[in-house]
Amino acid sequence: MLIKTSSVIPSSEITDEKVYLSRRSFMRGVAVAAVSSSAAGSLIGCTSSASAAVTPSRQAWEQLVAPQFQNIKAGPFSTTEEQTPYEDILRYNNFYEFGTDKTDPSRYAEQLDIQPWSIKVDGECGKPGSYQLEDLVKESQLEERVYRLRCVEAWSMVIPWVGIPMATILKKFEPNSNAKYVAFETVVRPEQMPGQRSLFSSIEWPYREGLRIDEAMHPLTLAAVGLYGKILPNQNGAPIRLVTPWKYGFKSIKSIVGIKFMRDEPYTTWNALAPNEYGFYANVNPSVDHPRWSQKSERRLPGGLFGPKRIDTLMFNGYADEVASLYTGLDLRKNY
Amino acid sequence: MAADKWGIARWWGIFILSLGPLAYLIYRIVSRDLGPDPGEAITRFSGLWALNFLLITLAVTPVNQWLKLRWLVRFRRMLGLYSWFYAALHFSAGFLLVLDIQNFVQEITKRPYITVGFVAFVILVMLAVTSPKFMVRKLGRNWKKLHKLVYLSGVLAVVHFIWLARADYTEPFTYAFILALLLVMRPAYRRFGSASRARGTALN
Repeated sequence: MLIKTSSVIPSSEITDEKVYLSRRSFMRGVAVAAVSSSAAGSLIGCTSSASAAVTPSRQAWEQLVAPQFQNIKAGPFSTTEEQTPYEDILRYNNFYEFGTDKTDPSRYAEQLDIQPWSIKVDGECGKPGSYQLEDLVKESQLEERVYRLRCVEAWSMVIPWVGIPMATILKKFEPNSNAKYVAFETVVRPEQMPGQRSLFSSIEWPYREGLRIDEAMHPLTLAAVGLYGKILPNQNGAPIRLVTPWKYGFKSIKSIVGIKFMRDEPYTTWNALAPNEYGFYANVNPSVDHPRWSQKSERRLPGGLFGPKRIDTLMFNGYADEVASLYTGLDLRKNY
Repeated sequence: MAADKWGIARWWGIFILSLGPLAYLIYRIVSRDLGPDPGEAITRFSGLWALNFLLITLAVTPVNQWLKLRWLVRFRRMLGLYSWFYAALHFSAGFLLVLDIQNFVQEITKRPYITVGFVAFVILVMLAVTSPKFMVRKLGRNWKKLHKLVYLSGVLAVVHFIWLARADYTEPFTYAFILALLLVMRPAYRRFGSASRARGTALN
């Protein structure tokens, strides 16, 4: 058999970043010279290996938080399971703002400008207002947390996130006692996000997600700004995203520009779109099937060509010890 | 016979062209360009091409009616068989590489989008099995009745596709629109197009 399925590449064999970047700028020069049509662009997109694009706004952001990224400490809750390779995390994404195909985000996300970036905070809190992201990040210690990510589509990855506990950030805004929920919003920029221009999309932008305040403040909940020790690639939700590893991936909203503390359960995109398929809680639960497929098992990525790595799905994605107590007395079959 | 030479060239041309998607898929497999979930990529790709060939097959008759490309009709069977071929690839990849094969029956009966896709595939299998000339002769008038099921298969395949979509319906709706157009073109021709034509030249 000619096809090798093993893909463990020693770091010594990975192309040096400088060489890679120079190749990339060369390619870009060629593309500009050739006046790439969109058709040609998509053909090239099929074969280029995924990487986090180098754009002026990304460079600016990288420089702003460089000191923090040089001082990342190992955080709690990390799994020792084999990590999904960097390039796979970068080329297999659900980020419908850029298109519904798994490869659309890696193809188009570099169009997103991530600097300057501010987050609008309002609702039931003592310090509403507009916050520059770098100010929030600079005050905090970055941690690496290796989490399982379980998508509602029954695939999963293991990702070394870099981030700040969400509680640390939320507490800065001094939520008051009326704040029972937190709502999050993704950026809306149709000019930079082709999926938001689609005529037949049933999503009402902005993409919105939300958590109960105790979920949002839970020590597992992370505000991720990086992965594999580098700033977040745009396709993974740069510059800042939510990570709730015990919930299906769609809860972990990307490219956040809005945070609102609320008294009542907030509008959440997928729940509004198909309430019978996606609940507000969306806790990983092998005993509650999605109407269109089973949630009993999952395909751990990357999978080999001749069959996926199929593993059993665990309750709360294996984080039951940490989070099960949040849901005592709640019927998880009804509140899926 | 010069006409036959052309026919043979066309036959090989269409035969090889139709293998293009398969060749492209193999190229992407060998160059390991399918991403971290190759099974899903193979399933999607082969499913899309099964549908493409199904629509191309359904387009043969209306195209011949309106544009008088009679030679095209000779290739309808081959195109239909290609649809079956890619559908078989789609079906096998779906069950071997994506879905849980251990729950084969459950997956088909419990999940409506799989049920309709499966029925569409079973129809294509029946049509493929009864496509050789001796089967056409053997089945006589029933053959035509049986092969009318291709329309049902097309509708079910598009429903399967729409049902799979999660938020953006651009692609499945495009397919639904083309299918609807193809289905409307036949009665439309009978009503408006054939009146001016001499009887006997129209093919079924």
